Amino acid sequence: MRKLLLWLPLAVFLVFVITVAIGLRKPPDTEIRSTMIGKLMPDFALRPAVANHPPLTAQDLRSGKPRLVNVFASWCVPCKAEAPQLMALKRRGVPIDGVAIRDRSEDVAAFLAEYGDPFERIGADPASRVQFALGSSGVPETFVVDGKGVIRHQHIGDIRPENVDEIVAAYEAAR
Amino acid sequence: MSAGPSLRGAKRRSNPAGVGSRSGLLRFARNDGLAVIALTLAAPAFAQSALPPSRYAYSQLENPRQEAQAKALMETLRCLVCQGQSIADSDADMAGDMRALVRERIAAGEKPEAIRSWLIDRYGAWVSYRPTVEPITWPLWAAPLVLVALGLFLARGRFRRKAR
Repeated sequence: MRKLLLWLPLAVFLVFVITVAIGLRKPPDTEIRSTMIGKLMPDFALRPAVANHPPLTAQDLRSGKPRLVNVFASWCVPCKAEAPQLMALKRRGVPIDGVAIRDRSEDVAAFLAEYGDPFERIGADPASRVQFALGSSGVPETFVVDGKGVIRHQHIGDIRPENVDEIVAAYEAAR
Repeated sequence: MSAGPSLRGAKRRSNPAGVGSRSGLLRFARNDGLAVIALTLAAPAFAQSALPPSRYAYSQLENPRQEAQAKALMETLRCLVCQGQSIADSDADMAGDMRALVRERIAAGEKPEAIRSWLIDRYGAWVSYRPTVEPITWPLWAAPLVLVALGLFLARGRFRRKAR
């Protein structure tokens, strides 16, 4: 018994080393997922981000039909990369609203003119308040909201061509 | 600490620190010296909002007691884009907006712990640096007590032997 006890510290140390070694070999997971999935869209009323689009309020997301909410910014490089995929989603009949984070109206207008405009409504979020309320940790992010305004799905990062089907599937599932 | 985890995220997402643009630049600037110059010049120009910082991102609250509360809370909240830093330490736009959120809510009379739980409700416990008391963290809280108890037990044995 005493002898066994003598080996205990070494055993504990080995367990520690193995745990750390395994942890170090795993690639770090840097995604912070929103814990708002399955919860009601928080209340907000944003001012219009550009003149030619209506503004976005939480009420608009309780229209009885699911919608996509794309959190983006004209200054965000991956947002340019995902623009063609958003256009593809629009062509497939998915309604998309935008939340422009910390953006100026003229910059958003120029961004839409250059990379395409998939949005129906666009709200301006100049101090990232709606982004925080959504539990979104960066741009771009895309949320699927069902007809009752409940958040059903979150896509973190730019939508790649291979992600389009899964977004459409999440949209269909929210019907 | 902060550059490691954010590099991977930066490939897909805009990083206000400009880390994403750095890896791209490195590919073009073969010469190390050139790359260093390019990095220092180019990094701030990428992926930053054109809007000025929020009012309370870089200014303190007028009431010193409230500012002290806000500061203490900001030091224990994680910056979501930099992840290795608290929002009190980060210059990312999003961290600035989060500081403004904290200060405005404290100025409005909200309790710091209420703001912390509001954020945890949205981002999970990871957003807070203060470990919560829940089953998964029980070993963490129990470890010091267990170790002290173990130490006392060992010491007791030692002293007994000496006394003999």
